[in-house]
Amino acid sequence: MENIERLKEICKDVRADIVRMTNAAASGHPGGSLSAVEAMVTLYCNVMNHRPSEPAWPERDRFFLSKGHACPVTYATMARAGFFPVEELLTLRKLGTRLQGHPSCMTLPGIEVSSGSLGQGLSVANGFALSAKINKKPYRAYCLMGDGELQEGQIWEAMMTAPHYKLDNVCAIVDYNNLQIDGTVEQVMGLAPLADKWRAFNWHVIECDGHDVSQMLAAYEEAKQTKGKPSAIIMKTIKGKGVSFMENVAGWHGRVCNQDEMKLALEDIYGKGN
Amino acid sequence: MSVKMLPTRDGYGHGLVELGATNPEVIVLDADLAKSTRSDWFQAKYPDRFFDIGIAEQDMIGTAAGLALGGKIPFATTYAVFVAGRAWDQVRTTVCYSNLNVKIAGAHGGISAGGDGATHQALEDVALMRVLPNMTVILPCDANEAKKATIAVSKIHGPCYLRFAREATPVFTEESDPYVIGKAIEMKPGKDVTFIAAGPLLYEAMLAHEQLAAEGISARVINMHTVKPMDEKAVLAAAKETGAIVTIDEAQLAGGLGSAVAEYLVGNYPVPVEMVGIKDTFLECGLPEELAVKYHLVAKDFVLAAKKVLSRKTR
Repeated sequence: MENIERLKEICKDVRADIVRMTNAAASGHPGGSLSAVEAMVTLYCNVMNHRPSEPAWPERDRFFLSKGHACPVTYATMARAGFFPVEELLTLRKLGTRLQGHPSCMTLPGIEVSSGSLGQGLSVANGFALSAKINKKPYRAYCLMGDGELQEGQIWEAMMTAPHYKLDNVCAIVDYNNLQIDGTVEQVMGLAPLADKWRAFNWHVIECDGHDVSQMLAAYEEAKQTKGKPSAIIMKTIKGKGVSFMENVAGWHGRVCNQDEMKLALEDIYGKGN
Repeated sequence: MSVKMLPTRDGYGHGLVELGATNPEVIVLDADLAKSTRSDWFQAKYPDRFFDIGIAEQDMIGTAAGLALGGKIPFATTYAVFVAGRAWDQVRTTVCYSNLNVKIAGAHGGISAGGDGATHQALEDVALMRVLPNMTVILPCDANEAKKATIAVSKIHGPCYLRFAREATPVFTEESDPYVIGKAIEMKPGKDVTFIAAGPLLYEAMLAHEQLAAEGISARVINMHTVKPMDEKAVLAAAKETGAIVTIDEAQLAGGLGSAVAEYLVGNYPVPVEMVGIKDTFLECGLPEELAVKYHLVAKDFVLAAKKVLSRKTR
């Protein structure tokens, strides 16, 4: 468990890692990774019951990255939490790496399931949560989704399944940054009123600022305390958060910093002179 | 002589019920077709281990993946045409790429959903499942073998696809016959030509064997119940010892069992091959036996194919 100030420092490191690793790979998805930093850091450092040194520990809570392209934030958070050395982050997307361009559970211990084709993670989280119920185990399933990803029909199938089977051990997290490749989510295929839709599907909905560490911790705690139905944390975020020229620019979904941009980005993250 | 008739889906139902008693980790999912697929037989006995996911095949496969991650052995069940088609990406990316212990049962395979027409006739499922890395593909030939296959897949790790038929078909194997995944069974010996078949059409190959025998032609019949991984030794031996092969698919020719045999032989021991199956077309509604005649999937068609391949034989 880390205190708030320390969590904020880790978030800075994770942001810098995302910028550096995608720069080294010369490809990847920084925008949607930067928007989920606080969600991931709080989850891995303070919320989940797991053992970074023993990734296959059977009693662990599970995290499912449904928006697989945001794996840089998962990899960086895992490295900072102690799953593997931070230096390995620079192998992202390179031949022979454990850090595949979209996450593979076959190569990296700690990745629960391979993902990359959108819309599939919530079903997997539900299935795992169901196994926990059958096994009478307390472990929980967390699933991070993008907002654009919610346009996939399978998500809405899974949104019916979790409340139907009263899977209160499922915590869905929606990275509501309102940007996808072709534009804003509302332009491309609108989701509003998003929280109402989840409520209508019988979820307990928690809305919060996805870049406020304290709010994220409180949201996870509220989800944990909610019984009888699954919880969805719909966190308002900014795509590219923390790097001024990336923030709210759709083009940074799948574009990475060159050397000059990386220098500016790191100054944004740590402050000039640091 | 009258032969006992049962649908292979019944064998699946019996297999599930037996697994319910012997393996507490077995979970059964269905997508609103439990009565048709016979998964309701398991549901009736083990309601706490049965989950209907509704008409949502993609979610069913994902849910099965999650259950497998929790140590369960899920059998995700629905019609072959839906699970192999609509949920293919979920099977590929979530199940096969992660090599999860998910068992997939496709009912109403091939032409057995005859009256429902082309939308419900699964003819592409064999090809779609066979191209997936880590996937095992099994087509039981009768109800007895279907039961054995259902139990057998629970004992191996990794994704498995089982295909069952809707219609009652001849039961021509014994409950006591040995069954090993990946090991072909020689149903009839022969030295002139070999039929390689899987699924209920294997029975028609047995009839073709008799008809050819009456004409003095000795046809081996191989039950290639496991289409993937295919028993290559059995194919090689058949090619070497009979020098001519007829493959039989109740599926599109492209990518099916015949393709698997041809792919292997072309690189290892080329001999003439005739491939019987559906030739790149959608079918129509009709009784399965009517469709079998119209689309050349009965014993006399196999006899003709055997004679054709024999005429091409050089070794």
